[in-house]
Amino acid sequence: MNEVPIPLHALVPGDACAELMLLEAPLSLWGGLDPSDGRIIDHRHPQSGRSVAGLLVVLPAVRGSSSSSSVLAEALRVGVGPAGIILGAPDGILVAGSLVARELYDVVCPMALIRPGHLEPALATFRRATQACLRVAEGSVTLTVATDGGVTADPR
Amino acid sequence: MLAGEAGLGTARAMRILTGLARSAGAGRLIPITGAHIDGCLYHGQAGLDLAERLAEEGARTTVPTTLNVSSLDLRRPDNFRGDPALGASAKALMDAHTRIGARPTWTCAPYLLPGAPGLGEHVAWGESNAIVFANSVLGARTERYGDFTDLTAAICGRAPDVGLHRDEGRVATVVIDATAAARWSRPVDLRAAVIGHLVGELAEGRIAVIVGLDDADAVSTDRLRALGAAAASSGSVGLVHVAGATPEAPDAATAAGGRVRLDALPRLRLGPEDLEGALRRLGRRTGRPFAGVSLGTPHASATELTAIDSALAGRSVHPSLEVYVSAGRDVLATVPDVVRHLEAAGVRIVTDTCTYITPIIVRTDGLFLTDSAKWAYYAPANLGVDVAIASLEECIESAVGGVLLGDGAAADAATGDARR
Repeated sequence: MNEVPIPLHALVPGDACAELMLLEAPLSLWGGLDPSDGRIIDHRHPQSGRSVAGLLVVLPAVRGSSSSSSVLAEALRVGVGPAGIILGAPDGILVAGSLVARELYDVVCPMALIRPGHLEPALATFRRATQACLRVAEGSVTLTVATDGGVTADPR
Repeated sequence: MLAGEAGLGTARAMRILTGLARSAGAGRLIPITGAHIDGCLYHGQAGLDLAERLAEEGARTTVPTTLNVSSLDLRRPDNFRGDPALGASAKALMDAHTRIGARPTWTCAPYLLPGAPGLGEHVAWGESNAIVFANSVLGARTERYGDFTDLTAAICGRAPDVGLHRDEGRVATVVIDATAAARWSRPVDLRAAVIGHLVGELAEGRIAVIVGLDDADAVSTDRLRALGAAAASSGSVGLVHVAGATPEAPDAATAAGGRVRLDALPRLRLGPEDLEGALRRLGRRTGRPFAGVSLGTPHASATELTAIDSALAGRSVHPSLEVYVSAGRDVLATVPDVVRHLEAAGVRIVTDTCTYITPIIVRTDGLFLTDSAKWAYYAPANLGVDVAIASLEECIESAVGGVLLGDGAAADAATGDARR
């Protein structure tokens, strides 16, 4: 695994090392994710039927309902939530879900935001990635990524 | 508050709120004058755990606070056909929120109630259609608050000073030109919903200013709210300016922060073919039989309830169909005659909740017709139904006649189209 120079902004502190899952289309967790098993249930979504449980999920764009925070917190309570979340666009709604899961259940789902202007190179890296470790602390984020060929991913 | 001098619950709420403010890069929290809480709809144990914990720990709202729809219809409890255990949890969640001090309004259209916020007023609202209405049509200022954030803001009486609370966060960054959309042959109410759906798809996180929506009917309050609700469902839209219609957009240049900036913005044009395509995408048809009609998403206004009553013109809905209208209890109380007419015509009024978020509909193996892009967007995944979208008048004529009218619905049915 190699540290990759993707500029990230800290959203929710914590560490997560897991298989990476890049969502290929925006997803509203409410109406789009079943919090009892972590599966994507939005029939319009290209990854419909797949589970986010235990994965480091990259959401290039978010959309939809303001109830998504409940769905995230519930999935995390049940133990089928993502290990961590990397957002391509700001979304306080998901941050709230992660914060409440920590507050009530001590479940940590770190979150970070790809800084503006760096989304495309970041996604290029994530497309080749298999595993990743996200470490979010107050004001600092590091991301290490393993790619198929074991080669350091360089977003530039 | 964090130190706990206002009680354990308030300190817990403040911890969550400051975590959120920090993640958003907010320099400070600002006072708010009201809140609308979306977290009272049961989505699982986590939401109930938070509300009950806060209530037990003594947290109370410090600003006037309304409540969004719940999972239950307290006016007609038999409308709820779900698991009784789920119903009990849903009721416990409602009770926890009223214990915390919020008003039992149970509506997704708090802007229809007296005391709605005015231009420039800071509030913390949840529920995507309410958020976009507050920002766009009222000119109030709220971020897109989600479950938990709205509750913690209502308790703390503050919100992070970011995004749509700030002047620079409200400036239009994309122009959507709907001039050619006026040529679309379908009814104007359908046009508003479908344009909204396209705005959500195209905005990609940007704030749009729509130009070219000129005639008075196209920008009436009910049309603007259908447009906003659709945009908030298909994209994470919290504010959309409509030039000449919404308070911060007397013209497109003002919404964009000046003529020079406006001229530099990307400009997307919507024509009749775009609307027709979006109308098709909003449907989901797998060949199921026509089973009913669902109106009132978001909760119907008094003018919409009256329009439904007028369109029925004393006729009853077809006995083979389930026909629903969802509305808030406070709005229903203002039009008792209309409610009586609708119920006499066989329309099932749904209060305190909505047909696409909780088990109410019996024939989920059928096709439902709706005038709401939002309903069309969510119902297939939530309920499993097929859906077609049509104007209010087409919905009512279909409800009375028992056969599908309007939309591309009739055409699709004739060709047995099963695109998804």
